[in-house]
Order: sequence, then structure tokens, then C-alpha cells
Amino acid sequence: MRTRERWALLAGAALVVVVLPALNSLPKDSPFHVSDFTLNLFGKFLTYAILALGIDLIWGYAGVLSLGHGVFFGLGAYAMGMHLMLEIGTQGVYGNALPDFMIWNRVTELPLFWRPFYSAGFTLLAVVVVPGIVAAVFGFLTFRSRIRGVYFSIITQALALCAWLTFNRNAMNLGGTNGLSGFKTIFGFSLSEPATQRGLYVASAIALCLAYVLCRVIVGSPAGKVLVAIRDSEMRVLFCGYSPAAFKLFVFVVSAVLAGVAGALYVGQVGIITPARIGVLPSIEMIIWVAVGGRGTLLGPVVGAVGVNWLQSLLTTHYPDLWLLVLGGMFVGVVLFFPEGVVGSLQRLPRFLTRVRRVRGERSPNSSNEGSYAPLGPRPQTPPPPRGPRS
Amino acid sequence: MAYVLLALLLLSGLAAPAAAQGPAAAAPPPEIAKAIAEVASSDGAVQEAAAVTLGKTGDRKILPLLEALREGSVFVRPLPGGKKETVIAGDKVTDGDKTLVPLFSAYAREPLAGPDGKPLLVDIGTLEEVSTGRSLRLAIRPLIDAFSGHAQLADPDWTVRKAAATKMGNSGDPGAIPTLTEALGKEQHRWVRYELEQAVAQIRLKTGSDTERAAAAAKLGALASEDSLDRLREVAADAGAAAPVRQAAAAAVKRVERWALLTSAIQIGFQGLSLGSILLLMALGLAIVFGLMGVINMAHGELMALGAYTTFVIQGWFQAHAPGAFDYYFLVSLPLAFLVSAAAGFALERGVIRFLYGRPLETLLLTWGVSLMIQQGLRLWFGAANVDVLSPRWLSGGIPVMVGLQLPYNRLFIVGLAVVAVVGMYLVLFRTDAGLRIRAVTQNRGMAACLGVRSRRVDAFTFALGAGLAGLAGCALTQIGNVGPELGQNYIVDSFMVVVTGGVGKLAGTIVAAAGIGGLNKLIEPGLGAVFGKVAILVLVILFIQRRPSGLFAAKGRYADS
Repeated sequence: MRTRERWALLAGAALVVVVLPALNSLPKDSPFHVSDFTLNLFGKFLTYAILALGIDLIWGYAGVLSLGHGVFFGLGAYAMGMHLMLEIGTQGVYGNALPDFMIWNRVTELPLFWRPFYSAGFTLLAVVVVPGIVAAVFGFLTFRSRIRGVYFSIITQALALCAWLTFNRNAMNLGGTNGLSGFKTIFGFSLSEPATQRGLYVASAIALCLAYVLCRVIVGSPAGKVLVAIRDSEMRVLFCGYSPAAFKLFVFVVSAVLAGVAGALYVGQVGIITPARIGVLPSIEMIIWVAVGGRGTLLGPVVGAVGVNWLQSLLTTHYPDLWLLVLGGMFVGVVLFFPEGVVGSLQRLPRFLTRVRRVRGERSPNSSNEGSYAPLGPRPQTPPPPRGPRS
Repeated sequence: MAYVLLALLLLSGLAAPAAAQGPAAAAPPPEIAKAIAEVASSDGAVQEAAAVTLGKTGDRKILPLLEALREGSVFVRPLPGGKKETVIAGDKVTDGDKTLVPLFSAYAREPLAGPDGKPLLVDIGTLEEVSTGRSLRLAIRPLIDAFSGHAQLADPDWTVRKAAATKMGNSGDPGAIPTLTEALGKEQHRWVRYELEQAVAQIRLKTGSDTERAAAAAKLGALASEDSLDRLREVAADAGAAAPVRQAAAAAVKRVERWALLTSAIQIGFQGLSLGSILLLMALGLAIVFGLMGVINMAHGELMALGAYTTFVIQGWFQAHAPGAFDYYFLVSLPLAFLVSAAAGFALERGVIRFLYGRPLETLLLTWGVSLMIQQGLRLWFGAANVDVLSPRWLSGGIPVMVGLQLPYNRLFIVGLAVVAVVGMYLVLFRTDAGLRIRAVTQNRGMAACLGVRSRRVDAFTFALGAGLAGLAGCALTQIGNVGPELGQNYIVDSFMVVVTGGVGKLAGTIVAAAGIGGLNKLIEPGLGAVFGKVAILVLVILFIQRRPSGLFAAKGRYADS
């Protein structure tokens, strides 16, 4: 890591971890005061950023587009949500130790798979392990049989659809369409206290920093280089004696675990998790955060997740009809005009300017290739087709 | 035509007893005349007895009187000479301060003429109203029902006759047996005959002697009458029934259940076929585009929705401008839905997709963005709620193929449309120059381009073709499902699975995969439920891909894994 980059990142980390909560604790009439609501909103965005980092790792670096990350996010969130549900205990509407929705569904006894979630330790473990295991099994089956590219995307999308359908079922004892909500406390701290919310925010910010560092380490390691190589030409990597499947599986699992952690942090701050968060549409929305921010850079997904969601919360309050059009337009616009996203384009800006300057100054045709290095996306593996004999 | 003639025959047959009275039809036979007079009695018991007597005659000319009795429009008119006559009053007419009513004869309800030959109008005040108590009205109802059943059994429309037979069978009234057997003697329509036989057996099973009951149970078993299954079960378990009856009923239950198993198996098969056809219609366009350009078109579902909304708009136009030709709107919609979606697809390819050559994942995201925009556009334009698309009359209803099995026309139509689409596709791909170019570009884009195929033009054409097929599918879907902005989303993931399973660019793979996934889905559904059925399909597809990573019919050779 270059020193300048390191300082910039440290400054950013300090901003999200320390400065924002500090501003929140200022007196309410201070012009710099950040309201509880805003802080909570940003806490949610930061969990999305963790999720986006995971997606970037698998998509931006390994070139594998997963349209099912909502599932892993949901698994983490549901694991945490189940613990929070049990923490409510007898404070629910019916004063029963069972979660309220089970009473509506005439369940008289806590289902077996709920029981371990009484333990906070088990829950924290499950947040990491359950998405990891699901990703490992799913990834093993798909990567092993060399399901790649669009095929993999479609299969993961089907996974998202199936998970959505399954979690919607009341028979799953996971709250059906209404999901899990009505939490009171988290590890004994009241969720309605601003201090607890601030604590969750800080936890999310720290988790984001750790996730960033983790991704940085992975990307900077030799394995990270192999990932990029897989993205650019998987067959070549295979013929060089590496096993692309193993590398992809590893990074897929890491990415799923990040998503699960993000989900767990999300639940505490938002207070509800429903199947609507894990379906096909939310899963593909996560992709656009990364695409807008800039895949193949680690800062990009963070910027994209926060930026796009901020825009969404602004737009949906003022022009609810427009949001889907804007979202759709974003997909089209980013893919067509900014394939490298905001951060990628900004990073290229200096190089681009240098090139322009040099071309102007020297008018040297040789230097024109420099700077057109495209770090992104699987490049066309066949040369662009020649045009037909026109005219 | 034959039915109409038959019905006329039946009608004339029914009218025969009256016709035998000669031209003076207004004069009833003496016992009916006596009953008619008694119906007007002030004694409720006498009235009831008379009404039942009238009902027993089975003379259709009595029906108006019974109906009038129920409505309370029967009056007694004093005749010159101290005699009295029972009459039916028509609709009231006000003339100054008097209320006049036209009178009709009690028998056959013929207008009574005055001395001047004009229809008779009398002051209602001069008539004596016949009071009809509740018990009389109750007694009359089954009589009228029997009459109407009789009439309906002679209806020219066979569905009406069938329904009448079912109703009489359910009533369990032994008095209906002669009517039913009489109708059975004349009936020629297969399904009406079936229903008549079933009705007779049902009534016998309920009210007959022991031998009759045993025979009826056996008959119901032979008829595989699912409607009587509950009743047969009851009889089989009824300790009070005679042993032969019970045995016959038990045997019949077994027979009916075996038959039901067969029909439900066929039913599931047909549902699978129908779902497979829907998937095929959708996946066909998707698969061609995928095979040719490696592009998964996420907006395919929305192109379908465009086709469906085109159908909706055309239906609205027909309702407003040509209500007489409404039944034909669907025939107009099919090609128009194709064209609208094809135009949209063409614009999509020319406008954006062609810039993303060789970048399938980007194209996937882009088309998803387009799909969101189309979806929201439809929502803003037509509203978020589902719109109503009415089926033309020739697509509603179904053909009863065998006992307990009816195949709906709209599903059959979709199966037919899928077959036509596949055949059409085959002809286009393998029998035309354009198809030759499509196949050439699919196999080897670079080489085809070198040999003078304008591959970009082929792309645009093929994309439009695939989009048009989506429009066709959308148009067909209006007949079996809701039409809303989310129409495409419901099926799209399934059709992706079909494409993935079928393999790239192979018509046969798509067909087999669509049939397989559709059939499996319906096969699993009864056991696991729709949701877990879908999950099971996903698992099966993933496991299947383990063995055949590039689908059922993978391309072989050096291009197989580029």
C-alpha cells in the first residue's frame, strides 16, 4: 500500500468510525449535529458497503457475477434476527416465550433449529458459518462443474428466487412474509436507546474497516493475482496448472461471509428482516452499487453502496415513481458509459490527462497506447468480429 | 343442427298430450279442470292437494299456473251464471283511477278475449285474489323444479341438459326417474347420456330397494362416477344397509378410485405439457438470442409483458369500435403482439446491446436495467394493478375427453401455439437463407463474417425475432394468467433454467428441457407443494449440470469451450 493511499484511507476510516458518532453526540441545536435518524441511516449504508465489498471481491476481481448475494445477506440477518427474537422473551404482545408470529401460526413449541439461537455465541458463529457453508456447498457444486459466466449468474438468480420463495413460507417458522421484527434488546442493551444504535453504528464502521483490510490483503496476495488472472482468462489459468475452481470457491465463501456479517449488523439497526430483502430484485440491486462505485477497486463498492442508497432514500421520499426508472437508467448508463464506475473513472483521470497532455505536446503516435490499460471485466475473448463486406 | 332437430322432436313429444286435445286446447282434461278449480279454494289443504295433483299430471301447460300461484297472480273471476273461473292476471295497467289487468287462462296461459275479440282487460277490483300461503308455495317449488328440469332436459344446448340431469340426480327425488329414463331414451349426446345414467343410478342408490341399490352402486362404479364417491363410501360403511348393497358399494368405490387415479395422472401429464409449452414459448426466443450472441436477455420478461399489454390495448379497441367482432380480437392481437415486441427488441439491440459485444455479464446487467425501466413505464402508463383481458368465447370452456377429465381450450391453444412456434422456428432456421446465416453466425461468428455474412444485421434480426416470440408468449399468457407489470417476472427465472438446461443454440435442447422442467414441476408439485417443488427443480438442475455442464445438447469440438 502506498503511503498516500494509506493516509487517505485512514482519514476516511476515522471519519466514519469516530467523527460521525462524535457529531451525533453533539447537542441537538449545534449546526454540526447529526441526527439519530441520519446516523442510523448511515449505519445501514455501511452494512451495505460491507456486502458490496464482498460482491466486488467475487465480481470485480474474480469476474464471477453472483446474482444471489441477497441470500447470504439474508442468512446472516435471519440468524441474528432469530437471536433477537428470542431475546424478546415474554415481552412480546402475547407475553409468551415464543415469538409472536409462531403464536399466530399456532406453533406451540419452539422448533428445534431455533433453540441454539438462545446462545449469543452460537448466533455470532452462525452469522459467519451458515452463509459460509451454504456458499461452500453451492460454490463447490457449481464451480466444480465449470459453470461460468452467464450460466453461473442465472443459477445464482434461481437460488435467490428459491430462497425468497422458501423464506416466504409460514411453514418454515421464520415469520413468513412479515419476517422477523419487533426486537427489543440486543445482547441485553435496549435497541430503542440512541446509545445502543450509536454502538451498532460504530460496530458496523469498524466491521467495514476490517472487511476492507481483509479484502486488501486478499487482493494484494498472490492469490489475488490469480483471481484477476481468472477474470481475464480462466482457461489460461487452468492450463497454467492452477485450479480456478478452488480460488473461486475460496473467494465466493469469503464474499458470502462478508454478506452474512453485513446482514447481522443490518438487522440490529433496521429492526426488521423480511424475505423481500433476499429476493431477485434486491440481489441484483446490490450489483449496481458495485458497478456504480467501480468494480475492481476496493473503494468503489463502498462509495457506490453509500451513494446509490443515499440517492434511493432521497428519491423514494420525494419522487417514489421515479426510483425504478432511475435505477434502470443507472444500470444502462453505467454499463454503457462508465464501465469502471465512479472510482475507476476518477482513478483513470490523471493518467488520461497525462496522455492528453503528452499527445498534445509531442504528438507521438507511440504513446497513445499507454493509459488504455483496462483493469476491468472479462475482456472479449474473441476479437471483435470484422464487419461484413459493406458497400 | 341435429341437436336442434332432436330438441324440436322432444318438445313436440312433450306437447303431444296437449295436442291430442285437438284445437280447443284451452279446454283442460276433466281431472285437471277439477284441480284447477280446487287450487283456488280458500282451504289451504285442498289447495295443496290440488297443486300436487296438477304437478303429478306432468302436463306442461300447467306450469304457468303453478308459477303464477307462487307469484300470487292467480285470481278467481265471476262468470255470468254464478260460475267461477280461475284465471291468471298479467301486468297491471292504470287507467284513470282504475287498475286494469289482462287475463289469461289458467290452463296453458292463453290470453282471454272479451266479447269484442280484443284481449280482455278487467278491473282488478272485480276479481277475487287466490291467497297462497307459505306451505303452498313450498309445496309448489319442487313441482316447478320438476317441470323446469323436464324443460331443461329438452333444451337444445347440451350443457344445459347435462346440468339439469346433474341437478336431478343430486335432488335424489324418485319422482324424477321416469323423466330421466324418458330423456335417456331420446338423448344421443354422450356426456348428457352419461349424466342421465348417473342421475338415475344416484337416485336408485338413495331410494331404491336393496337389489336396485346394489345394481345402482355397481352401475355407478362402472360409470366411474366421481361425483357419487362420497355417497358410495357412506353406503359401503353403512352398517344398516344390506350386505350385497354394501359389497357392491365397496367394489364401486374401488373402481371409481382407480379411475380417478388414472384421470389425475393424465391431468398431471397435461398440466406438465401445458406448463412446458409456456416455458418453451418463452425460452425459445431467449435460447436463440443466447445461442447467437451469448446474451441473456433479462428484459425478455418485459418484452412478454409488452405483448400482453398489446393484447389488452387491442381488446379495448375492439370493445370500443367493433364489439360485434370481439371474438376475433385475439387473432389480431397475436401478430400485433409479435410485431410490437419485435420492434422493441430491434430498437434495444440497435440502441444499446450492440455496443456490448462479447461482454455477456455487462449485457445481462444492461438488459436488467432496461427491464426495470419498461416495467416502471408500464406501471406508470397502465397503472400498477392488473388489467383484465377477456377470453374470446372460442377459448373458454373445454373438451371433456373422458369421464372426469376436461381439457380447457385455452391450455390446448397454448400447447398448439408452442407447437406452431417450434415448427415455425425450425422452418426459419433450417429452410430459409436468413436461418442459414443465423446458424452460421451462431457456429462461428468470425468465419461467417469473413464469408460475407453481415453478422451485425443477423444479430439485430435474430434479436428482434426472439423478442417477437416473447411478445407472442405474452399474448398467449393473457389467456391463462394475470396481466400486470410484473407479468414477466413470474416465469422468467424458470425460462432461464430451461435455457441453461437445454444448452446453447440448440432447438432440440430447449424443447426437451422445457418439457422436462414443466413436466417435473407438475409431477413434484402435488407432493411437495409449489414452493418446494420449485426448489427441488433448482436442485435437480444444478445436479444435472454437474453431469452436463453445457446443457443437454452441448456443442462439440473446439468451440465448445471458448
